[in-house]
Amino acid sequence: MPHVSRDVVFVDGVRTPFGKAGSMYAETRADDLVVNCIRELVRRHPELPPERIDEVAIAASNQTGDQGLTLGRTTALLAGLPRSVPGYAIDRMCAGAMTAVTNVASGIAFGAYDVAIAGGVEHMTHHPMGFDADPNPRFVSERLVDASALVMGATAENIHDRYPAITRERSDAYAAMSQQRVGRAYADGVIQESLVGVALRSAEHGWGLASADEPPRPGTTKEALATLRTPFRPHGRVTAGNAAGLNDGATACLVAAEDVAGELGLPAAMRMVSYAFAGVDPEVMGVGPVPSTEKALAKAGLGIADIGAIEINEAFAVQVLAFLDHFGVDAEDPKVNPYGGAIALGHPLASSGVRLMIHLARAFRDHPEVRYGITTMCIGLGMGGTVVWENPAHTGAGASA
Amino acid sequence: MSAPTGADDLQALLAQTAAATPDEVVTHAFSRDVVLPHGAGTCVLITLDNGLDHRRPNTFGARGLAELDAALEAALARDDVAAVAVTGKPFILAAGADLSAIPRMTDRSQALAIARIGHAVFDRLHTASVPTFVFVNGLALGGGFELALHARYRTVSAAAAGLGLPECFLGIVPAWGGCYLLPNLIGADRAVQVIIENPLSQNRMLTGPQYAKLGVADVLLDAADFLERSLDWAARVVTGDVVVERPEPDRGEAWDAAVARGRAITDAKVSGAAPAPYRALDLVAQARTADRYALFAAEDEALADLVMSPELRSGLYAFDLVQKRARKPAGAPDKALARPVTKVGVVGAGLMATQLAVLFLRRLRVPVVVSDLDQGRVDRALAGIHGEIDTLAAKRRVTPDEANRLHGLISGTVWGPSGDLAAYADCSVVIEAVFEELEVKRRVFAELERHVSPEAVLATNTSSLSVAAMADGLEHPERVLGFHFFNPVAVLPLVEVVRAPRSDDATVATALELAKALKKNAVLVADAPGFVVNRVLLRFMGEVMAAVDEGTPVEVADAALAPLGLPMSTFTLLQLVGPAVALHVAETLHEQLDPRFVVSPNLRALVEAGRPGLYDRKPDGTPYVSEETAALLTVGDRPSTAEQVRERVLTAVTEEIGSMLAENVVAAPMDVDLCLVLGAGWPFHLGGITPYLDREGWSERIIGRRFLPAGVASVPVPA
Repeated sequence: MPHVSRDVVFVDGVRTPFGKAGSMYAETRADDLVVNCIRELVRRHPELPPERIDEVAIAASNQTGDQGLTLGRTTALLAGLPRSVPGYAIDRMCAGAMTAVTNVASGIAFGAYDVAIAGGVEHMTHHPMGFDADPNPRFVSERLVDASALVMGATAENIHDRYPAITRERSDAYAAMSQQRVGRAYADGVIQESLVGVALRSAEHGWGLASADEPPRPGTTKEALATLRTPFRPHGRVTAGNAAGLNDGATACLVAAEDVAGELGLPAAMRMVSYAFAGVDPEVMGVGPVPSTEKALAKAGLGIADIGAIEINEAFAVQVLAFLDHFGVDAEDPKVNPYGGAIALGHPLASSGVRLMIHLARAFRDHPEVRYGITTMCIGLGMGGTVVWENPAHTGAGASA
Repeated sequence: MSAPTGADDLQALLAQTAAATPDEVVTHAFSRDVVLPHGAGTCVLITLDNGLDHRRPNTFGARGLAELDAALEAALARDDVAAVAVTGKPFILAAGADLSAIPRMTDRSQALAIARIGHAVFDRLHTASVPTFVFVNGLALGGGFELALHARYRTVSAAAAGLGLPECFLGIVPAWGGCYLLPNLIGADRAVQVIIENPLSQNRMLTGPQYAKLGVADVLLDAADFLERSLDWAARVVTGDVVVERPEPDRGEAWDAAVARGRAITDAKVSGAAPAPYRALDLVAQARTADRYALFAAEDEALADLVMSPELRSGLYAFDLVQKRARKPAGAPDKALARPVTKVGVVGAGLMATQLAVLFLRRLRVPVVVSDLDQGRVDRALAGIHGEIDTLAAKRRVTPDEANRLHGLISGTVWGPSGDLAAYADCSVVIEAVFEELEVKRRVFAELERHVSPEAVLATNTSSLSVAAMADGLEHPERVLGFHFFNPVAVLPLVEVVRAPRSDDATVATALELAKALKKNAVLVADAPGFVVNRVLLRFMGEVMAAVDEGTPVEVADAALAPLGLPMSTFTLLQLVGPAVALHVAETLHEQLDPRFVVSPNLRALVEAGRPGLYDRKPDGTPYVSEETAALLTVGDRPSTAEQVRERVLTAVTEEIGSMLAENVVAAPMDVDLCLVLGAGWPFHLGGITPYLDREGWSERIIGRRFLPAGVASVPVPA
């Protein structure tokens, strides 16, 4: 008998405040960041018996030290989940958490799981990007990729080359807007809703508590950004101000079969419609979201016009603009990253996918008139990932597409 | 005076105390602002941290308390602070006051200062105009425990362990508010459990869950996110979302009954010989109605008095021995010489042998072989051991898998020509616990040597025979030594490791590592009859028995040493050990050492009549000498008074220890004290025994000098 696929819902997501690398989380372990998220999810949903969690999938890019040892399993044990709950670790660099979500969702759709936890962590203080990397010499000798492909900022400059219409000014303006939107989201209490406090160890200063993201710079103006130097290329366009920084943080979410969620009384914030990953030239990894979105939309039988809410990761302002230009969406459209994005909040690599989902779920709640949304992100080594979601609060939702 | 110490006075006390303790390992007090959730506002979170890891817990000295005082003052002076909280470094809140300065104190005012300082600083948590919290994240002893009591609220981590007030165990009292605050928080009976009962029961401590169950903490939180959840809970207390209701303690008869219960426990443990617990109980009794600061002042005076007491100086000395010397035996060879122990043999299957077999099984988890003279005895021994494993499993001391593992490791074989001793061939260590007779033991070793490897350690559990004599005639005498346990093996931590003249370093090193693996404390002793513990105890007992032989009433002789507060009376000990064993050891010592080890004809009479001792017990447990027993005794007409018996015993013990040291039975008087504390349960307030003999003048009178230099276990001579 052929398998019958089930609908999958995103129940809820939480995250730690994000920190700047080398700063507030310097003496905090990466796995403890994840443990905090898992415990917060369980606390927020007493209607979910922990033994019903069928899998814990946690992503991290550099899986050594406090990010190693099969995170999904270690953090499940450390968080006090029953020993019967299994877990694993997963890596797709920036899209680690997104891939953890699509993986467990696929497992749910297949009937292997009813409920799962998926998330990601990156502690870039303890695990700098590319640390201990050993690229195969063939990449260079056979010119499989250009040297710039391994430096994310250089790929961003390459995107400016490919699309000269995306100027530095546009990038700076977008970056300033991201900062303002985060500032307003904090003022409106939007961001705080999904944060879990994390104890901050410091041998020098004693214990503290992280209760807000460390990276945002609320008063940022495009004029101020214009003065920043361009570290990836002399007289370039990419700066520390129009890109996400190096950050520490973790995210986790509950994903469930829609019918089981109903049975247990778990809320359904978003319903998964489709997802896709696609590869692009590593030298312009930032354009990855374009083909992955085309592919995911096609699988969903939808067009960009059907999408009422977009959460796109802001690794670099230029790649966001490249995506928006391609799909004909105005950079200031409030349907794009309304609560701000990675440029202001930070991008702890493997964790960001679920942060996008947390924002999209909030956008769905705030806008029941929106039926479909996407979470999309570019990925190192030239990929893009996109998930298409349906808003259960929409009056027309649930009807077959 | 019934008022808190003023600020200027406090600064003066801090300065003067700091000056006397230049080597203080300072526990810093770091302050950080925390934005509390639920809109509760800003909390100043103070972290206590001495910058070292968990092996060196935070302690409170003058500089550390000054930092904490400054941190609290600064936090409480602000008008933008909604709460103040204190917590510790990973695994540790604080292990109490820094006791290292006490042995040098020559004036009670120095101790008085420390008491007043602690009260004054911690009092800020009480007088604060905002809610104060202590998050008990780990170990909290003595002053660390008391710090938490001054705050209005307490959270505790489920993973915390080592919580308690051990002051009475050492010889002081909780003097930073514990005697007042604890009974007023949780009631007198529970307070007595923590202040008196636990410390006097081998210094038992509480876990986080127990601390919460007693009501000391307001909430018990998981360890995984203890600090985060503590701050969250604190925030909800600040907003009023959480309201803590505590039952008012019963200040009626229940309070007096609790104090009486504490006195009864203390009498049973120390028989009036240690002042500290009685003083603590007086304070707890007063705390029922006393004004807070009046009771704090009384605690100050109590601390000052007790710090100058010989019992406390002896207690600190003994504590130091048990913490340090017990873990690194004097005279130990390089531990790299130790050979691994992968299988253990036990010869003998009596009660002692089976206790040893169970100990080896549980701690080492290696194959253990036992044997005895016939299959019947072997079967009974194995049944006993298997039963003991089942009991451990039933009590959940071992898991079912572990129990299966242990069951599979024990085996037995018959000893003798009809038996098969091949099972001993691959033993790393074989210990014999057969009949206490030299020829029997020599034959056992000779037979074993035919089966075991040349390096296998042959150990004897003899309590009085010569180890060298047992090794004599063997092909490899250098691997023989004494490994003498104390009954009950599961409880008493001492092992006398007897180094015979030919015992080599590797053998000794192996034995010391083995003792450690068994979680025992080893003391190296020379191969002299009775080693340390039995020699002292038998000399002691011999004098008491001699007094009875001469005509002293049994009750008078037995009560004569009560002022020392030993764990049990002489004849209760005799009954526990068994008169036959005592007689046998006495006879051995009499022959091998000196006739000064009296062999009492009345003891012999008891043994011949098969009596378990001098006493029968009334239905309520009180001992008495029955008519039948009295009829067995032949006594003279020269009775001594209790005082005379005491003097005679102490003279003999002093003389005996003097001889032991002169003969190098052990390296130093500390080893004698350590052996008596760990092997006979002799109390901290005596310092084992030599501090007591020094302070009562016995050592100077009998051997012409002190055992220990002044200041080691006594108040030093002021400079």
